[in-house]
Amino acid sequence: MESYALLIAATLNAGTVLAIAALGLLINEKAGVVNLGAEGLMLCAAIAGFAAVVHTGNDWLGFAAGMGAGAVLAAIFGVLVIWLGTNQYATGLALSLFGVGFSAFVGIGYVKEILPDRPHFAVPYLADIPLVGPALFKQHPLVYGAMLLVLALIWFLYRSRTGLVLRAVGESPASAHALGYPVRRIRLAAVVAGGALCGLAGAYISVIYTPLWVEGMVAGKGWIALALTTFATWRPARVLLGAYLFGGVTMLQFHLQGVGVQVPSQLLTALPYIATIVVLALISRNPTWIRVNMPASLGKPFYPGS
Amino acid sequence: MLKLEMRPQASRLWTYASPVLALVLTVLLGVALFMALGKDPVRGLQMFFWEPIKTSYALGELMVKATPLLVIALGLSVCFRSNVWNIGAEGQFVIGAVCAGGVALLADKDTGRWIVLAVLLAGVLGGMLWAGITALLRDRFNASEILVSLMLVYVADMVLSYLVYGPWKDPAGFNFPQSKTFEAVTQIPRLMDGSRVSVGLLMALVGAGFLWVFLFRTRAGFAQQVGGLAPAAARYAGFSSRKALWVALLTSGGAAGLAGALEVAGPIGQLTPYVPAGYGFAAIIVAFVGRLHPAGMVLSAVLMSMFYIGGELAQSRLGLPKSITGVFQGLLLFCLLACDTLVAYRLRWVASKKGGV
Repeated sequence: MESYALLIAATLNAGTVLAIAALGLLINEKAGVVNLGAEGLMLCAAIAGFAAVVHTGNDWLGFAAGMGAGAVLAAIFGVLVIWLGTNQYATGLALSLFGVGFSAFVGIGYVKEILPDRPHFAVPYLADIPLVGPALFKQHPLVYGAMLLVLALIWFLYRSRTGLVLRAVGESPASAHALGYPVRRIRLAAVVAGGALCGLAGAYISVIYTPLWVEGMVAGKGWIALALTTFATWRPARVLLGAYLFGGVTMLQFHLQGVGVQVPSQLLTALPYIATIVVLALISRNPTWIRVNMPASLGKPFYPGS
Repeated sequence: MLKLEMRPQASRLWTYASPVLALVLTVLLGVALFMALGKDPVRGLQMFFWEPIKTSYALGELMVKATPLLVIALGLSVCFRSNVWNIGAEGQFVIGAVCAGGVALLADKDTGRWIVLAVLLAGVLGGMLWAGITALLRDRFNASEILVSLMLVYVADMVLSYLVYGPWKDPAGFNFPQSKTFEAVTQIPRLMDGSRVSVGLLMALVGAGFLWVFLFRTRAGFAQQVGGLAPAAARYAGFSSRKALWVALLTSGGAAGLAGALEVAGPIGQLTPYVPAGYGFAAIIVAFVGRLHPAGMVLSAVLMSMFYIGGELAQSRLGLPKSITGVFQGLLLFCLLACDTLVAYRLRWVASKKGGV
């Protein structure tokens, strides 16, 4: 039983990374922009956050550095895509390729750095409950932060006026423009906000989740987060659920190895990627369902005045 | 203020000038990067643009690296021209290498030279199979080919890793994760003594020629591209988008697999975990910088090969991390996309918002 409590705890932890990144990408996509650069952006944020913690010793400054790095890279991507009208897929790909190289380049000096031991977090009283405590209440504050973020995002997207405008920009930029909303500025704001969240997820990986710096350490989590927005048919609550599901798949490999299941370790490592492909195929199977839920202008540039 | 104004027609001049301008911008950013790191920028540029062409041996090495890049990029251009976003060429390359390696491992002392053909064929089929998964899931399940092809890169790496750590590990290899060294008979024939350039380069150049004919001189090639430019027009003309999807993915998968076979049976000579060298991703940049045109891609493949060799030299001679190659590759694609704006738009100086249109 103890080991299952730890498995749940690890699942929540792994799911948090995916959830924060996927929620960021959800904000982008609700405004009509696909950012294929998530992977590279998260890698740059991971090294920025890690370096900040190495030099300052403060995790929260690390998160801030990661968010900053994510926001800056997303802003560059946003200006190219929104104002210069470059192809969103190609530009995102450029960001990913650049991010992989740049983070490896900058991070070379940090490969052997080890972060000091940090105090473990525990929710007072609740953490002492047997089984439930270790499973749910001994997590990093950001794990609960991700849950709150979902609630905040649901309120923002579906209950606030600004959220309504954001969705309008994603569904029908021409109508939003006709109503006098600055479509391109709103899109840029959404891209930057999404980039900051992806950056936070990247920094969480290198500062809390792993915690160390290795070249390419995001290991496809940016791409899985991109797939998650489709899995969730662009609904925040489902994004969180999907993220925990995939966190569980990631953690299952360690659990199976722990209990001595005789499977090649490579198959277990490949499991999250295979699961992504399978789920993606199952969800996308119904084109109407996807079309109804997908922001209508997703991936399409908008030129005011044309 | 500066304003972007749509050109009535795409600018022919900028179609060609934009990659050049992008390269100039990348070089300028590179100079800035070298100076920021306290390295002599002239020495730095030498590593990338002079050392790789200085001697005939260096030129040969330049071609050795350009070969897989060009082969993969040729296939990818068919994909991108038909608006199919295969970004998993790296995985198709790896599976091609694995299949080719599997055949090469079957060879023994008595095997004839014909085995080389079998090795290459296995590579092509392996790459096609891997890309075929993406095509099937896109065709039958409407799954995004971007995400599926990319996820399959990670899976392909694990297949390779499983084989070289497990069943195919060389028993006499001191427990290193690598296969036996292939028999000499499987070696891709080289063009001349004293250089590692193989017939792969000829195949790539001939392939570029064939691609040109297919794209610009055949009806099938035309039908293939219309779906990418104007899906509605393609439907109206009765060109099947499903066929275009399969042709695009199988072509690019086969090409990437061929490149994998040429690599393992050529310069590498065995299967190791270091077979994936990022060629599949770099070839995406080669394809775009070469304007998805066969002749353009020959040039951009050589350029990208310079980036690879320059990165290695910068590591050994200037003490810079090899990953500088990736930085420059990414920067080049960024700059290209930005410069491409000038193909469809022109910059106009507008005095003020009120005075303008």
